[in-house]
Amino acid sequence: MRKVGSRLYVCLIFLFLYAPILVLIVFSFNDTETASRTVWSGFSLKWYQRLFEDRLILEALRNTLLIAVIAALGSTVLGTMAAIGINSMKKLPRRIMMNVTNFPMVNPEIVTGVSLMLLFVFAVGLFGGRSLGMGSLIAAHITFCLPYVILSVLPKLRQMDPNLYEAAQDLGCPPVRAFFRVVLPEIAPGIVTGAIMAFTLSIDDFVISYFTSGTTQTLPIYIYSMTRRRISPEINALSTVLFAAVLVLLVIVNVRQAKDRPRKREKREGESA
Amino acid sequence: MKSNSKLLSAPYSIWVTVFIVLPMLLVAWFAFTDGEGNFTLENLLSVGQYSNVFLRSIWLGALATAISLVLGYPLAYIIAKMAPKRQSVMVMLVMLPMWMNFLLRTYAWMTLLEDNGLINSALSAIGLPRVHMINTAGAVVLGMVYNYIPYMILPLYSVLTKIDQSVIEAAQDLGADDRKVFLKVVLPMSMPGVISGVTMVFVPAVSTFIISKMLGGGGNLLIGDLIDMQFLGSAYNPNLGSAISLVLMVIILICMGIMNQFDDGDDLEGGMLL
Repeated sequence: MRKVGSRLYVCLIFLFLYAPILVLIVFSFNDTETASRTVWSGFSLKWYQRLFEDRLILEALRNTLLIAVIAALGSTVLGTMAAIGINSMKKLPRRIMMNVTNFPMVNPEIVTGVSLMLLFVFAVGLFGGRSLGMGSLIAAHITFCLPYVILSVLPKLRQMDPNLYEAAQDLGCPPVRAFFRVVLPEIAPGIVTGAIMAFTLSIDDFVISYFTSGTTQTLPIYIYSMTRRRISPEINALSTVLFAAVLVLLVIVNVRQAKDRPRKREKREGESA
Repeated sequence: MKSNSKLLSAPYSIWVTVFIVLPMLLVAWFAFTDGEGNFTLENLLSVGQYSNVFLRSIWLGALATAISLVLGYPLAYIIAKMAPKRQSVMVMLVMLPMWMNFLLRTYAWMTLLEDNGLINSALSAIGLPRVHMINTAGAVVLGMVYNYIPYMILPLYSVLTKIDQSVIEAAQDLGADDRKVFLKVVLPMSMPGVISGVTMVFVPAVSTFIISKMLGGGGNLLIGDLIDMQFLGSAYNPNLGSAISLVLMVIILICMGIMNQFDDGDDLEGGMLL
């Protein structure tokens, strides 16, 4: 009886979580000309066709991906370097650095957004130059991605045996090479996690982009303007495509991890033998 | 190694100074000056006019947080008791909706809640009267719960799954019934998860401006909407907007301080669960 109750509860919560998404997907195939979003009038793929003919959406998608790649790269390099530096600091400076690092994560997004907007507007007023756009978006995205990179690299550095790096140097390895051959492979999983997180956070961000984009469109900003204007089932088609992309990505990652696990175990056993 | 390594964080220190510290100083500076740059307290004083908006935001945010906790705790508990393989599938299912853009998820609720929306069509199809749902405070709370409940479930789950089963068995052996085991053992041990879940739901809920715009119509203005209006909206006034932002930050800091009082000093370095 109890088991049935808890199963039912789980089903109800998942119904709550997934029903809206399902509705969005179903109505992306709706064949309707009037903007009615909730009357089913037959199956059609026309909204997908229109979606891929919409130049503005494609441009927004291009901007979003470009910003995400640059922000992920920038925040990963900067964040990894910062993590190594922070890890070797004494207690007090380390605490200060960690507090500053945590700050954007606890600060409400909207406040981070408007503060960066003030900075960029101020800088444009001071130095001239072009108004807000790709440059300010990339800087803002690197800023809010950095804490996630640092917090995923730091634990790996702490787990690492500090003697390894010194041993490599004692054996005659120059410091730079010792870093790339000894330290980097040890902390690589943390760096990869951080980079993936930065990439997905950047793609998904709306609030901070909204305040720092000027007239540049990213996908979330375009979606926002779509919900405010005339509403078209194109937005449903877009959601479905995005959802499918995420699903495929997650399946690939999981399959790879599942394949990876036994192989790693074999390797470890081989080493210990 | 040490002195060289420290230099590696120098670019980050510069970045943080320019893009975190300086913007915050600018917010403070704008909040305490007028349009010409003269010192004034007027902005902060006029925030008082909007106390009803602040109260509404805090009230709706707190309500959404409480509902998320009440709905999320049992789910996290049930998942934590499942077989390990099913647990990871369930956690994936909780996280999956978060991967869909938050604007689209909120938009989905618009199509459900509208006066001619799916729920109302379904109601009238079975002969029940239509209910006005969109553009109400209830719709805003629903949108908050829907968008942020995964942030409640995940930290709760990660704490509950770490509780040592033998502690629970020990309590049972000593004669505690199920209710007592939950109240005296499981609940206290899961407090760190409750605290991080509550902060992770409350902070975005209290400062949102999209959910209220899309589901609340014009009548349910929140703090976020006020800030948006001062910077990118009709009532352009960055000085007042900065003052409101400053007050919002202080409110959130106070709330987090209160929440941390309930924490037994377990170290939550990192503070985030992802």
